[in-house]
Amino acid sequence: MRREVPLIITILVGTVLIISVFIPPLESLGESFTLFFDIIAVFAFFLGGGNLVRVHVLKLAKKKRDWPFSIVTLVGFGVMLAAGLFKIGNPGDIAASVTAEGSLFNMIYRNVFVPLGSTMYALLAFFVASASYRAFRAKNREATILLVAAFIILLGSTPFGAWLTIWMPESMSILEIPNLAVWIMSSPNMAGQRAIMIGIGLGVVSMSLRLILGIERSYLGEDGA
Amino acid sequence: MKNLKWFVLAAVCILFAVSWFAKASGGDGVDNSVLDAFLVTLAAFLTLAIMSFLYQDNPYYKFAEHLFVGVSAAYWMCLGFWSTVVGNLFPRISEGLSNFFLVPYQPGPLNFFFAIPIILGILLLMRLSPKGGWLSRWPLAFIVGTTAGLNFVRYLRSDFVKQISSTFVPLVVDWQGFGHFFSNISLTAGGPLVMMLTNLVIFIGVFCGIVYFFFSKEHTGVFGKASRVGIWILMITFGASFGYTVMGRISLLVGRLTFLFTDWLGIIG
Repeated sequence: MRREVPLIITILVGTVLIISVFIPPLESLGESFTLFFDIIAVFAFFLGGGNLVRVHVLKLAKKKRDWPFSIVTLVGFGVMLAAGLFKIGNPGDIAASVTAEGSLFNMIYRNVFVPLGSTMYALLAFFVASASYRAFRAKNREATILLVAAFIILLGSTPFGAWLTIWMPESMSILEIPNLAVWIMSSPNMAGQRAIMIGIGLGVVSMSLRLILGIERSYLGEDGA
Repeated sequence: MKNLKWFVLAAVCILFAVSWFAKASGGDGVDNSVLDAFLVTLAAFLTLAIMSFLYQDNPYYKFAEHLFVGVSAAYWMCLGFWSTVVGNLFPRISEGLSNFFLVPYQPGPLNFFFAIPIILGILLLMRLSPKGGWLSRWPLAFIVGTTAGLNFVRYLRSDFVKQISSTFVPLVVDWQGFGHFFSNISLTAGGPLVMMLTNLVIFIGVFCGIVYFFFSKEHTGVFGKASRVGIWILMITFGASFGYTVMGRISLLVGRLTFLFTDWLGIIG
């Protein structure tokens, strides 16, 4: 019961979805299953939220290390949840979008969520720069190629890169750094990306087959193998 | 040391209050409401709190980090609820709920099937229960099966067939005879020679890249040489991806700095 039912569900759903591609009347089944998937994914969000509250309440109750910050998480979660679910401050009625301008939800999104998220990602620029300083030593031919490609792409996106090669004649315009950067992105980079994508495609197809045929069972947990 | 922490906290609070007051009173030449001034100051302080991690891990960074976790979890929950549950589920299962949420009711003969994701969703929540946790495997199996079924076709089409067919491009572009070709030969961006070179690099690059990923044969001889070219192509790809990622991050950083210097401090613009 604990292993068989999940296996049957996976095999049935996977097989039906593949077959539906070849039988036009069943095509809507694929759309319905995608919608089912989205609905279950929302429950997964609820699960994530519930788990977050549980973890931080436990941390608070046991006064573990950095427990005062759990209050911040819980308050942030609670306020945003209330603002979103009850549409606090929404200018329209209940039919208005949850992200409508002027609502508390939108206010928190623009002034808390966006600044925090984009600064976190912006911070990565410093860490990437420091990591690349250590990693990007032109020790061999491959590392040099990587370094030169990255350098041209970086330089090609700046006015300085354009200024450096502005003297190039029209007949050699591909050697202007911005054009060279575009060419690298659209030619060798695309070739490499394509080779990787073909590899990923084959990998996903073989993994999907393993799952549908019941060979891959690791998602069932330890006692499901 | 403990006194220093409180001193820094007091300084941050005072700075926050001063900034709020200055923004609200129009000290930067812009008329802001008290609420707008508070929100801009809050966004600026949260930005600085995250940036403070560059010095070292500190309570202000932890505050911002924990706030981000809580807010983002609730954000995605609310979006999922309103867009999927209210937007797609309620109109199919209940006329009363549709009327309550002011969404158009969509009756259909097969709508009772929408009980399946509700049941599976509730079973997924059983993961929080110590005894009924195993029931959460059923919705998980549905998710895995759907992903496998959809991805099998999607990846075969878009990542395999389509990518291979896009690789077989004409190696001779805009051909008007040898005379014309050699008399107009140039490295102009978008010119025939560059276009031919582009298509040639794409074809050889994809072929050699795939050869590199083929591990069932020893990489020696001609095969080894093709594999070596594949490595070079992949190195260019990684370098380009790296450069592109760095530029993306830098532009985000520029965005945050622009916010700090323009919207908050009002020094620029």
